[in-house]
Amino acid sequence: MPSKKELLDLQFIDARHKLIDIAAFLDRIDRHDGDEDYRFAAMKAALPILLSDRPDRARAVLESFSDHTTEVSASAPFQGAFGAALPLVTDP
Amino acid sequence: MKYIEPHGHMVSRTTDDYEKLAIAGCETICEPAFWAGFDRSSADGFYDYFRQLTEYEPKRAAKYGINHYCWLCINPKEADDPGFAREVMDLIPRFLDCPTVLGIGEIGLNKNTRNELEIFEAHVQLALDRDLPILIHTPHLEDKLKGTKLILDSLASFSKLDRGKIIIDHVEEHTISHVLDAGYWAGMTLYPESKCSPNRAIDMLEIYGNEHLWMNSACDWGHSDPLAVPKCVLEMKRRQHSAEAIDKIVYQNPRTFLSQSPRFVH
Repeated sequence: MPSKKELLDLQFIDARHKLIDIAAFLDRIDRHDGDEDYRFAAMKAALPILLSDRPDRARAVLESFSDHTTEVSASAPFQGAFGAALPLVTDP
Repeated sequence: MKYIEPHGHMVSRTTDDYEKLAIAGCETICEPAFWAGFDRSSADGFYDYFRQLTEYEPKRAAKYGINHYCWLCINPKEADDPGFAREVMDLIPRFLDCPTVLGIGEIGLNKNTRNELEIFEAHVQLALDRDLPILIHTPHLEDKLKGTKLILDSLASFSKLDRGKIIIDHVEEHTISHVLDAGYWAGMTLYPESKCSPNRAIDMLEIYGNEHLWMNSACDWGHSDPLAVPKCVLEMKRRQHSAEAIDKIVYQNPRTFLSQSPRFVH
């Protein structure tokens, strides 16, 4: 298996590129007009996981984007998936 | 390097892709029945689709020296209409004795509904009755974790199921341990935007071992890459995985699992 240095030599530039792309994406969304969006909120909620000291950050990020409800509806109200769980609708 | 592509939707790909796959070393392709990108208007549409999978596509693959097998079912998305799904399911037994049909798949869930679960379980029972292997699709993105848990709960209710004959596909870091710990095979799908990147799939191999895993491109009409498996092999080489380890994940493992179908001739 490669050492840390060998992996960094192999993948650091690519990871750096992806991180800057995320930063630019956050800037871009902030810069444009429009309402708050649950997907953007979900992304910002996931970002602190990257700085956590744990061995399974990828798993934790995926879990943070997941639907954790347990109810099973009879049929689908819509098709498709959007990458982040819809916010729970609560009674006023 | 020879390899098996255990999950590719070739009806959606061009003949040029067959040529590229053959050049890359693809020996065999297995094609699960799936959603065409739109809902069919009648069961007759599926009759023609099953003919395409069992008659036409093997001939197209053979022109490039590639073996072609398929799995049959009604996909989870169209299974949300149980009446329609039952009509399609009534067609399936007519095709199960075709020489290139491996088993039932890719069944599973899409939006995690009771309708989808009802048809999923009907497919599982059909596979049990015929002693066929099963290929299971897990939902997309935010629905995957919940859907995987529902699928595992549902499968656990079938007491006579041989878990070694079931592969649960499209696992990611948050679902792989659920699947492997329960004794099933797991598939990792290499996609450009969703599911796994090559490096994440290799991470999972390093963490979870390579005993009951395979990798696939699941190439279809969407954003996907029919050469994803050989590209992942290149990445494995860059990360110093041995030739034996690579052969096991892209050739020996799919062969071992698929050989549980008597139709899989190797």
